This record gives sequence, structure tokens and C-alpha cells, in this order.
Amino acid sequence: MVVARKKGRLTGLQRDVLSMYRSCLRAIRVKPAESRHNFLQFTRLQFRQHLTVPKSDFTTIEYLLRRGRNQLETYSNPGVRNVGI
Amino acid sequence: MNTYKQPLRALFRTNNSLASTMFARTLATATSEPAAPEKAPRIKEFQIYRWNPDDPSSKPHMQTYSVDLNACGPMMLDALLKIKNEQDSTLTLRRSCREGICGSCAMNINGTNTLACLCRINTDTAQTTKVYPLPHMFVIKDLVPDLTQFYKQYKSIKPYLQRTDYPEDGRETLQSIADRKKLDGLYECILCACCSTSCPSYWWNQSEYLGPAILLQTYRWLADSRDHATAERKLALQNSMSLYRCHTIMNCSKTCPKGLNPGLAIARIKKSMAL
Repeated sequence: MVVARKKGRLTGLQRDVLSMYRSCLRAIRVKPAESRHNFLQFTRLQFRQHLTVPKSDFTTIEYLLRRGRNQLETYSNPGVRNVGI
Repeated sequence: MNTYKQPLRALFRTNNSLASTMFARTLATATSEPAAPEKAPRIKEFQIYRWNPDDPSSKPHMQTYSVDLNACGPMMLDALLKIKNEQDSTLTLRRSCREGICGSCAMNINGTNTLACLCRINTDTAQTTKVYPLPHMFVIKDLVPDLTQFYKQYKSIKPYLQRTDYPEDGRETLQSIADRKKLDGLYECILCACCSTSCPSYWWNQSEYLGPAILLQTYRWLADSRDHATAERKLALQNSMSLYRCHTIMNCSKTCPKGLNPGLAIARIKKSMAL
């Protein structure tokens, strides 16, 4: 059965990815001002790397989300003050 | 100069046919003596779960390896390391002590969770041995499961001695021999996660149910005569998920590679909570 979806409405998984990105941006805000740019570049790179993953490949996206959450937890540690790309 | 070399030298110098045949005979006996009868190779097939996180969109698959059991140690870990050393260095697994005390090499071998270092290879070469990571855990790579949640749960039970006061002389907190005996069968647990990952209840409620391994440890601290936090520990278990998701399926006691009985420990917690 095909459920008609309004154009522009996001799936649950897509919303999960977006909220991940949002929490990454929030985590960057508490980093030292001089390294925020590096963190932003790093975050964008992490997401851009997997732009080719098809929308319907749930298992892969869920795996990447899981890995992303682990990474976010590690990098959120106040001991991490800068990141290199 | 060694004396036994003298007749040999004499042989080299004399060049008659008798001497050369004698020499040939001695050579022949010398080589044939230590040569053991050649054993027929016992080729055993192993099917091993493979998944590479570097290519996240790839699907996990089973890869078959053949090992000659004559040239391999008796345990599953020996076979896995032989494969990793000689055939495929990308095969990934955790291992450390190779004698069942670290709990690193916990995996699912032929459908049973066990430690690869304590599991003998089934020598029937007609059967293929299948090796999977621990069931219902997220896989990091090949045979390596993600045990983060397991360790978080272990941390949540506060696995250390909690006391309000310590002996005034500043020395150890003493315990009677009878009290120490209550910890036998509990302290031996190496947290390999074999029991927890064999429990269907833990499969479905991993985030809330503590699982047999952690509950065994909880009981280890409840049973300790030196611990003063018994009431708080019991209070933390007083909900429908943490402890009471155990439905006495008893897979834990059946699978424990150290021969412990987490099912019994959980039953004792339940008893102490009820009485």
C-alpha cells in the first residue's frame, strides 16, 4: 500500500537526522569561540560524506545515526577543545 | 675434535664401492628415523559473520574459511587466530587472555553464546562450524559487539562497597568465613555478556531490563556482609522493568561459560525483595 505523502513533509527518520544535526550545532555553541568554525566544518563534513545513501536504506541510516550519536557524545566532552579535519 | 667423526672421515677418504654403500645406508636410516607417518589433513570449514562498517551500506554476509585441524590448536580461538594470521587479516574479533578469565572473546558459536577460548572445535570435519557475534547487540565490526549499554547498566548498579563507616584502625573491613562463602559463585563472573545476550527478555527490553549478568552482580553486592547500602540497592530494583522482566527462562544459567547460575541469583533477589 502506498501512502500518499504531502510534498515536503518529512519521514520520521529524516526528522531524526535533522534533529541530530541540530543537536550538533547546539553542542558547537559551548565550544571555545576560536575553534567553533572547525567544529562546524567537521560536522558538515560528517553529514556530507553520506549524502549518497539512498532515502530508503533504513538500516544504513539508522547505523549512521547511532554512530553519530556516539561521536556527538564524545566530542561534547568539555575536554575536547578543538578538532582537525 | 670429536671422536665419532673419525670413521666418517675415513669413509670419505677411501673411495671403494663398499664404503659408499655403507655411507648411503647410514644416511638413509638417519633421515627415515625422525620422519613421523604423514597424517591425512583434516580440513574443517568455518563460516564466520562478516560486516565492515567502513562501507555502511553493505549487508553483512557469511564468509567460509578452511583450516587443517592437524596444524591448529584445539580451541575455537586458536582456529580464529589462525585464520586471522594466515588467511584473512581483516577478520576482527576481541581477545585477550586465551584462558577464559578476561571475557573478551564472547561470541555465538554454533548457536551457543560462549567464550571462543573455552570452546573446543567440533572435530567432525563433515559439519561446518558457524560463528556469529553475540546476538541482538549492535555490531561494531565482524565479531565485535557494542557493549556500551551493558557497561552503562553495570555502572548504574554501583558495583562497589558502600559503607557509612570504616574500621577505626584504618585497616580492612573484616568478614567472617561464613559470610565470605556467600559470595562464592558470584564473584567469579567475568562480565562476558554471554548470559545477558542469550536472554530473550533482555533482547526485547535492553534499555530498561538489567539482564542476568548485571543482576548477578547486584546480588553479589546485596549478599556482601560488609555492604551498608542494601536498602538503596533494593529500592533501585523496585520497579517492573529492572528486575521483574526476568521470567525465569534460564538461558543464562544454561549458557554461562564459567558455570555460574545467574538464574538462581535473580531468584534470591526476588525472594529477598518479597520477604
